[in-house]
Amino acid sequence: MKKKYNIEVDCANCAQKMEDATNKIEGIKSAVVSFMAQKMTVEFEEGADEKAVMTEVLKACKKVERDCEIEF
Amino acid sequence: MNKKQKKTLYRIIISAILLITVNLIPVEGYLALILNLIPYLVIGYDILIKAFFGVKNLRPFDENFLMAAATVGAIILGEYTEAVAVMLFYQIGELFQSVAVGKSRKNISSLMDIRPDYANLLFENGETQEVDPDEVEIGSVIVIKPGEKVPIDGIIVEGTSNLDTSALTGESLPKQVSQGDEITSGSVNLSGLITVKTTKEFGESTVSKILELVENASSRKSKSENFITKFARIYTPAVCFSALTLAVTPPIISMFLGNAPEWSIWIYRALTFLVISCPCALVISIPLGFFACIGGASSEGILIKGSNFIETLANAKYVIFDKTGTLTKGVFEVTEISPVGISQENLLEYAAIAECYSSHPIGESLIRAYGKDIDKGRISDVKEISGKGVSAFIDGKRVCVGNSKLMQEIGAAFSECDKSGTVVYVSVDGKYCGYILISDVIKETAESAVKSLKSSGFKKTVMLTGDNKNTALSVAKELCIDVVHAELLPQDKVSLVEKYIAEKPDKDKFIFVGDGINDAPVLARADIGIAMGGIGSDAAIEAADVVLMDDNPEKISKAARIAKKCMGIVYQNIVFAIGIKLLCLILAAQGYADMWIGIFADVGVMVIAVLNAVRTLNVKNF
Repeated sequence: MKKKYNIEVDCANCAQKMEDATNKIEGIKSAVVSFMAQKMTVEFEEGADEKAVMTEVLKACKKVERDCEIEF
Repeated sequence: MNKKQKKTLYRIIISAILLITVNLIPVEGYLALILNLIPYLVIGYDILIKAFFGVKNLRPFDENFLMAAATVGAIILGEYTEAVAVMLFYQIGELFQSVAVGKSRKNISSLMDIRPDYANLLFENGETQEVDPDEVEIGSVIVIKPGEKVPIDGIIVEGTSNLDTSALTGESLPKQVSQGDEITSGSVNLSGLITVKTTKEFGESTVSKILELVENASSRKSKSENFITKFARIYTPAVCFSALTLAVTPPIISMFLGNAPEWSIWIYRALTFLVISCPCALVISIPLGFFACIGGASSEGILIKGSNFIETLANAKYVIFDKTGTLTKGVFEVTEISPVGISQENLLEYAAIAECYSSHPIGESLIRAYGKDIDKGRISDVKEISGKGVSAFIDGKRVCVGNSKLMQEIGAAFSECDKSGTVVYVSVDGKYCGYILISDVIKETAESAVKSLKSSGFKKTVMLTGDNKNTALSVAKELCIDVVHAELLPQDKVSLVEKYIAEKPDKDKFIFVGDGINDAPVLARADIGIAMGGIGSDAAIEAADVVLMDDNPEKISKAARIAKKCMGIVYQNIVFAIGIKLLCLILAAQGYADMWIGIFADVGVMVIAVLNAVRTLNVKNF
């Protein structure tokens, strides 16, 4: 399953770090954060619970940039 | 400016005023420290907090940490004003960057402002309702008023209008459409009310496909972008450790040599080091350059599917064309009528009437060229002679229309025509009356397209086609194409292209241009596959790396020029940013650069790099 989310991220470096952090989360097959489009494209593992995984993703991203927001 | 940016702006102003005021008050010692801490905290509190959390989350080496360390260090050394100023300029730089990036992002998205918000669904009782385009099913009937965007691909069932397709193709001339025409979503209805039967779902419509392509484009990273990411990852810790070494080693050495250690001088130099070192100029300007380039190109009707393709496109030296649909229009038209003993009109009339029941492209093109309504009462006893042509009685005369074999069969005295294309011979009552030449028409822009490729530094142009040798050679000659391969089967194209890949030097890339009708595998195999998006198949658009929305071959060299310009700007930024930083780092280590120069090396370089990167948006002049 592939999904696209709006994400609010302030610096390009942080976007890269968020991408790295997100890719390490369980249930994520691959993730790409586009700083320019302010979009996060996530491919979930088979059978992953989208809500639960994305809550983890948001938590990880907040560690990179405290005021980051993801709409999901 | 958004709320966050406004807040930063106010903080910058307040802290600047406070800094000046504090400097006017003649105080010293702890009182001065306390007074200076006020503007420092106003401007820098969020940086300090972020730096703290960075360390806590085990990601210590980011720019917040660099700034926090440098300014706190400066305060400890008693350089209060400089500490506040560094923080102040850092924030100004950050603000500028976020405004500039936000602006260009807005510019780019307005270029791509083609997403329709609603569709007017027409019910059987004649009422319309505004609905989400997503909810419209295939085969529904929608109404598009003047000024509205076409939300979904479809066929016009009623009405005529002009469509502005510039957002899709970059073509500024409006396109006339009427009943029976297919229209693509994303264009704007300019003049008349049209009723349209949808042929696709919204998600499959042109507009959704394009938006998806462009949005995904920035996630395919180029080598330079990956280089910068890796560079930043090593660079920041490296600078931090060299700063530490710079702060500690020289004093200790001089202590051993029996001299005064001069701790404060070396620590100050180390802090300057930290200020200079921020990698933001690179980290921001490189992806911004690519992004702006993709956005700018899409406004010209050139969709580039990723920054990596810009890089490859800039190094392209060879172009391989698939003839049909790329250099030629892919439709057959009557290009010559050569009668013997009767008028041109009569010859065409006979041929068209004889073919009036036919459905193959040759017959259709004859009927289209004739253009008038055909009275089917004039024709009787139509016989299709497979592989040869047609014979029929028209106005009581026996008319044969077909190839040379047909003429030989009926024994008409004809002279063979060796022109390229398909030749249709006509005889009336057994007497040869002339021939009609039908050929694929070369696009008006094809010649200048090939010319401009040569002048933009391409080494070789090659044409592949399934057509016969005569046709292929004459097209190639007219367009000044270097090499021609004719009479190819689809699988031959793949092996030929592979041969070319094997022969060329590794750094020279080659482009394959096709309309995707049976050449999708080649598109995928090429270094860069360019598809004609207007007439091309969905498979081609999927397989290609670059899509030309208006099928104009001139855009190939334009795309290459845009890519070269973009890479030029990207390299300028890399060299400029790293160069200035290295220079300043060396100066700082030797004590020639103070923190003020450090601020320039950080913020100034970033501002210049961002402004330079935004130039790629301006593709019109490339």
